[in-house]
Amino acid sequence: MKKYKHNINAEIAYTHLFSKKKQTFIAALGVTVGIAIFIFMNSLMNGFEVASIEGLFKSTPHLRIYKNDALSKSLIDSPDSTKVNLISNPKITSENKKIINPISLLKTLKNEPEVMGVTPNVSGNVFYKNGDSEVSGRVSGVIIEEQNAMFNLQSYLVDGGYANLSGYQNGIILGVGIAEKLNLKMNDNVTLTSALGVNKLMKIVALLETGNKAVDKTLSYINLPVAQQLQKQSPSYITDIYVNINDFEKAKTLISKYENLTGYDVEDWETANASAAAANKMRKMMAFAISLSIMLVAAFGIYNILNMTIMEKLNDIAILKAIGFSGKDIVRIFVSEAIIIGIIGILFGLILAFILIILMGNMWVGGDIGFFPIRVFPKFFGVGIIFGLVVTFFAGFIPARKAAGLDPISIFRK
Amino acid sequence: MTDSTIILSTQNVGKYFYEPEKFKVLTDISFDIKRGEFVTMVGKSGSGKSTLLYLLSTMDTDYEGTLIFDGENLTIQKKERLAEIRNEKIGFVFQFHYLLPEFSSLKNVMIPALKLGKYSREEIEEKAYKTLEMLGLRDQALKNTSKLSGGQQQRVAIARALINNPKIIMGDEPTGNLDSKNTSIVFDIFKQLTSEFNQTVIAVTHDNDFAKASDRIIEMADGRIIV
Repeated sequence: MKKYKHNINAEIAYTHLFSKKKQTFIAALGVTVGIAIFIFMNSLMNGFEVASIEGLFKSTPHLRIYKNDALSKSLIDSPDSTKVNLISNPKITSENKKIINPISLLKTLKNEPEVMGVTPNVSGNVFYKNGDSEVSGRVSGVIIEEQNAMFNLQSYLVDGGYANLSGYQNGIILGVGIAEKLNLKMNDNVTLTSALGVNKLMKIVALLETGNKAVDKTLSYINLPVAQQLQKQSPSYITDIYVNINDFEKAKTLISKYENLTGYDVEDWETANASAAAANKMRKMMAFAISLSIMLVAAFGIYNILNMTIMEKLNDIAILKAIGFSGKDIVRIFVSEAIIIGIIGILFGLILAFILIILMGNMWVGGDIGFFPIRVFPKFFGVGIIFGLVVTFFAGFIPARKAAGLDPISIFRK
Repeated sequence: MTDSTIILSTQNVGKYFYEPEKFKVLTDISFDIKRGEFVTMVGKSGSGKSTLLYLLSTMDTDYEGTLIFDGENLTIQKKERLAEIRNEKIGFVFQFHYLLPEFSSLKNVMIPALKLGKYSREEIEEKAYKTLEMLGLRDQALKNTSKLSGGQQQRVAIARALINNPKIIMGDEPTGNLDSKNTSIVFDIFKQLTSEFNQTVIAVTHDNDFAKASDRIIEMADGRIIV
């Protein structure tokens, strides 16, 4: 009976779309706006989140391994377990901040698959002096190349380069807050006095500005051996080991593993920065809620405009049914119309989102942030495409299905 | 029922309207229509003749009783099958022509045939041109239907109903918008289809001359058949 397969459904869909270009364009525009806003807002939230967390990791490692203070123990335990060892007036032992055999420990850590960077650190309290004025603060003795690799130190230097430090043993990278207080500039000298009374004359080889005033007013970086000398310690003396891993979200889960591995205490960034971690969590929840709301709004917008386009064609649907098109044909015709409108809308939506992101990314915020931290995240473009296709499919399918089920006469009677 | 000379048979067909309140529009309609018959349905407006025609055309499935068409019980068919039957065996002409406004006259006529897929596109196009020519519309073939006059649209709708050589042609006042010249053209076409090609015509009409010239008149009043 059916000898020829004329693709009449596609022909009708095509004619509907192209004979009313303006209407098609407006429907596609609805999709475009929905998709563009969906991608743009998600990128905005994500860019903001990434920037916030990056700010935190300017000076904080994902994990810090250190030897915790401990009270002195009695040298010989009593063999009688019913008796209690007692030391009157116990003190914190002086040796116990030290990590023993750090070289092999660093090697062990570097061999862990998730570890991206490891660097030893000697930190201590010092006074910065210039003439009569003095400022108290913390000095961090580092291996500057490793420190830079882990914390991208170079991007926070406002003057000079990090490499200056490795070229000059008694160099110092000084926080801008300290420099300001002591009225110091590049290549000036500053005297460091440690808690143990060791004095060192240092030359400023770079200035550091993280944007965090508390850090900029207290912190400076010097070479590891100089820090050891300030503490009157040998070259094997290390107070902390900084570890960065591939996914900072997993830091908490690795604490016990590293504690077992090293035998020392391990602190993750969330514990070290509880308020920042809580803020981060809050931001994430907020981003999720906003993303979900935008999805709903965009989906409704797209659904509405496509639903309207189909409802305007209700009479045509009844005519098509009257001349022998089945409900399935009707659904096919209008779903393909919706999908074509969707594809056109999505394409322009991707372009619009891209433009919006570039525009936003060129806005100067200033401070340590610079340009607004938004990037083109391919992930959101992918999600946007899938989201758009799914929504347009259902936005075509649901009303078409409803109309297709009606008797043609019940449409004409309205 | 097994009488092969009968194309359409209704058995105790009734129908209700539910709005604004429950109201019986059709009561106990039973009749047979033979193949090749030219039947007209007359009656005052509101007598239920259009409603009955819609039931017969399978476009309204909300009724009681049984419809038998071309040896097939329509009442128990699924909607998909009814759509096939409408496409292949029934040609319907609406009172308000109901053409697809985005398409040319020619396309409107061709679409049911393209859907049926019995002939090639070229054959269908040729047949559509011929049918339009018969109705005096050859020069309007490529115009969009929205640009045609009411009478022209009505004739395009008739051409569309004829394109698949349906077993039955139903018209809800098919000549309502036509002048006397075109009315007689359409009448002659219907006459020819029934007598020469054994196709059947059922037309609702207010035109008494049109009705009198047909083979048989069914008169309705208050949802019942009088004659």
